[in-house]
Amino acid sequence: MSTALSTSPVWLSALRAEGAARFEQTGLPTQRQEAWKYTGLNRLKSFGFEPSPAGSSVAAPLILVEGTAHRLVFVNGRFDAAQSTIGTLPKDVVLTGLADLLRNQPERVEPLLGKRAQAGQRPMVALNTAWLDDGVVLIVPRGVAVDSPIEITFLAGDTTAACHPRLIISLGDNAEAVLVERHLGSAAGGLANQVAEIDLGAGANLRHYVLHAEPAASMAVETVSATVGRDAQYRCFALTAGGGLVRREVEVSLQQPGATAQVDGAYLVDGERHSDTTILIDHQAAHCSSRQTQKGVIDDDGRAVFQGKILVRPGAQKTDGYQLSQTLLLSPQAEIDVKPELEIHADDVKCSHGATVGRLDADALFFLRARGIPEAEARALLIQGFIGGALYEIDRPAVRESFGLAAADWLRGRSQPSRNAESTAS
Amino acid sequence: MDGKTEIVDLPESNAEFRAMADQKYKYGFVTDIESETAPKGLSEDTIRFISAKKDEPEWLLEWRLRAYRAWLTMEDPEWAKLDFPAIDFQDAYYYSAPKQKAGPKSLDEVDPELLRTYEKLGIPLREQEILAGVEPGEGERMPIAVDAVFDSVSVATTFRKVLSDAGVIFCPISEAVQNHPELVRKYLGSVVPYSDNSYATLNSAVFTDGSFAYIPPGVRCPMELSTYFRINAKNTGQFERTLIIADKGSYVSYLEGCTAPQRDENQLHAAVVELVALDDAEIKYSTVQNWYPGDENGKGGIYNFVTKRGACRGRNSKISWTQVETGSAITWKYPSCILQGDNSVGEFYSVAITNNFQQADTGTKMIHIGKNTKSRIISKGISAGHGQNTYRGLVRVLPRAEGARNYTQCDSLLIGHTSGAHTVPYIESRNASATIEHEATTAKISDDQLFYCRQRGLSTEDAVALIVNGFCREVMQKLPMEFAVEAQKLIGISLEGSVG
Repeated sequence: MSTALSTSPVWLSALRAEGAARFEQTGLPTQRQEAWKYTGLNRLKSFGFEPSPAGSSVAAPLILVEGTAHRLVFVNGRFDAAQSTIGTLPKDVVLTGLADLLRNQPERVEPLLGKRAQAGQRPMVALNTAWLDDGVVLIVPRGVAVDSPIEITFLAGDTTAACHPRLIISLGDNAEAVLVERHLGSAAGGLANQVAEIDLGAGANLRHYVLHAEPAASMAVETVSATVGRDAQYRCFALTAGGGLVRREVEVSLQQPGATAQVDGAYLVDGERHSDTTILIDHQAAHCSSRQTQKGVIDDDGRAVFQGKILVRPGAQKTDGYQLSQTLLLSPQAEIDVKPELEIHADDVKCSHGATVGRLDADALFFLRARGIPEAEARALLIQGFIGGALYEIDRPAVRESFGLAAADWLRGRSQPSRNAESTAS
Repeated sequence: MDGKTEIVDLPESNAEFRAMADQKYKYGFVTDIESETAPKGLSEDTIRFISAKKDEPEWLLEWRLRAYRAWLTMEDPEWAKLDFPAIDFQDAYYYSAPKQKAGPKSLDEVDPELLRTYEKLGIPLREQEILAGVEPGEGERMPIAVDAVFDSVSVATTFRKVLSDAGVIFCPISEAVQNHPELVRKYLGSVVPYSDNSYATLNSAVFTDGSFAYIPPGVRCPMELSTYFRINAKNTGQFERTLIIADKGSYVSYLEGCTAPQRDENQLHAAVVELVALDDAEIKYSTVQNWYPGDENGKGGIYNFVTKRGACRGRNSKISWTQVETGSAITWKYPSCILQGDNSVGEFYSVAITNNFQQADTGTKMIHIGKNTKSRIISKGISAGHGQNTYRGLVRVLPRAEGARNYTQCDSLLIGHTSGAHTVPYIESRNASATIEHEATTAKISDDQLFYCRQRGLSTEDAVALIVNGFCREVMQKLPMEFAVEAQKLIGISLEGSVG
């Protein structure tokens, strides 16, 4: 263990020990568990979860979204202050590396850590807790808006080790922020097991954008746990265009009336990659609404999983829940597993979901070819249009544009065997 | 639901509807018949006893014992969204037969008490009654051949002559074991293997009777076949086994109905139904399940744990399941289709109603194996009171299923804020040329719709029955006429007291 760990406060050591004990007990999730039915972690069986030693340095690419004034760069899960830039922030806003804050003001972290994402039933959260060390803390006090996007870039050096970053995002009443996460991983492999804890006060508004553009050797398991207060809004979009194994588990609790959640995404899977998106929207209070739009394109031997659940608890009347999952299969070996689930314990609700799986529309293809567009190009055009429909859900034009470029990159590189995911960086 | 629900047949006149509604569970009587039962509990001895009673060949006893040994090592499935205490399998009788001299040679020899029971149930057991019962103007309607199963034993099968003239074999399965062992041996357990799941395995070990039907090549079965199941004796489980084989180019429509007396304790019903459709054959299987659902406090009722599966073995074959599930304290049932033959078609139409403390976890599996296989799933769940209703379904497209097609629609209707409606579909596609569509909605009966009906003089209950029948119409239309009328009434009765 590093020195940072050994000098930590008692409560933190206890939390880590609890996580370690819990993981010891559960081990890695298996496909016998319903939440992991379609994603096996066999390749992690012999994996050492100990974080890689600090010290390696990788140069970060340019900023992704135009107009971003704040950027935090992480190398192997550790905050790299030299490459990070934090611009002028409104008064009392905290934006810093977790390890630094734990060292200097642990009392600010204590009330926020481990409160949303509890290790209980989740082995990967327990594992993250066991190795908890660094990550991001963003605290925005009530009434304050951070206008410029905050980019968090995760890089990995030439390492096959694991990292366990923890994101703590707390927005006070009526506070606002825009967060862009960008995972670039490492061609050497390695696992990023990330946990994000998000707490939104009444009327708060968080836009959360996530881009996975790792090389195929890299693996990422992400757990996002968000609680949304009265009339607050959590809006998230994830584009998975890279990574050999990317699992995103998002749980949003709508705890007070008027809370809304929108969890959208697109997964573009080729080669032998595996993408898993698992979402739980927990409607705990009346008058809340939620939206999910997920689109997937699967090529080669790729496999994608989408499990989305809308849970309406007793008393959560006037709930409005909607979910749409659409998947395109491009090759004979591609596989998709979809499980859109509704669990409803209140009667005055409007909940629906739709799911489709199919290939490119032959009529549309014919239409384009009849107008002289070569087949490959026509196919690309149709796929682009399909993905575009998902990206449309991103309501920040600058972000939509950058994500659109990343998707276009994937489309171009799809047929090339050794595509360099780093190219999506700039 | 949209606002323009058409007025479908309101269950007869309101007066009749009211009369029926007041009856609550009208099938809750017990018939006082002496019955012969096996010793309580389950052991190899029980199985040998059953097998000996039925005078079964050695291979069948062996098969039963294999199943029993497998069952001992199995655990009951726990993934369903159902909540009930563990079942004590030793606290039940596994064989109960109405006592009678030898086998009945004709209906005259059947215990008149038994016949009165079926009269009460409204089953047209006697052929002349069926003929008399046909309403004027509908004379062209085909009569129905009925096989009635009372507790563990099939008591009477009607219309044998007409059927055998057409070459159709329709008889109790115990009789088929004696008379057509080659067919039974070939197909029994070929769709639902004895080790399938613990309830099916238990059934394989102790099944007592059920219906057997074989439709020879090219024959269109001249009438609907029907089985009526009734659990009568106390503490018995009913384990019937149905096997239907539609040979090349044949067609059969099969109806199944069930009732049980009102009792405070829970009774187990673990049936297995196997369907086999060969080239160009079609089987239409309809169920109206009205087992005793327990009282309004959730006491008593039948545990209906049923494994139903059809194999579309041949090219262009078709299997269609239609079910109306209004009874049972707990329903655990997934009529499925294995679409093996190229161009085969599977269908599943379901209405499931849970009121009071009923729980239902039901749905289907459509396994697309052959090329150009098609499946269609329409599920309507209605939850009232404290009822919990889950649709659980799987659509799986395997790599070879070029051009497979699925359409699924699951709608839930909630009545009352303590009820629950859940949808758990699994979609797995491993063929890019497959097209799969799934839709699900959840809604309640809108105040506007209720107001509209009330304003035109319907009582709240009539209005609810009307709206719910409209909600289920797509499925009800798939039922054979005789069942559709009964099912419509049942829906009204099942929801009685849920509003207002």
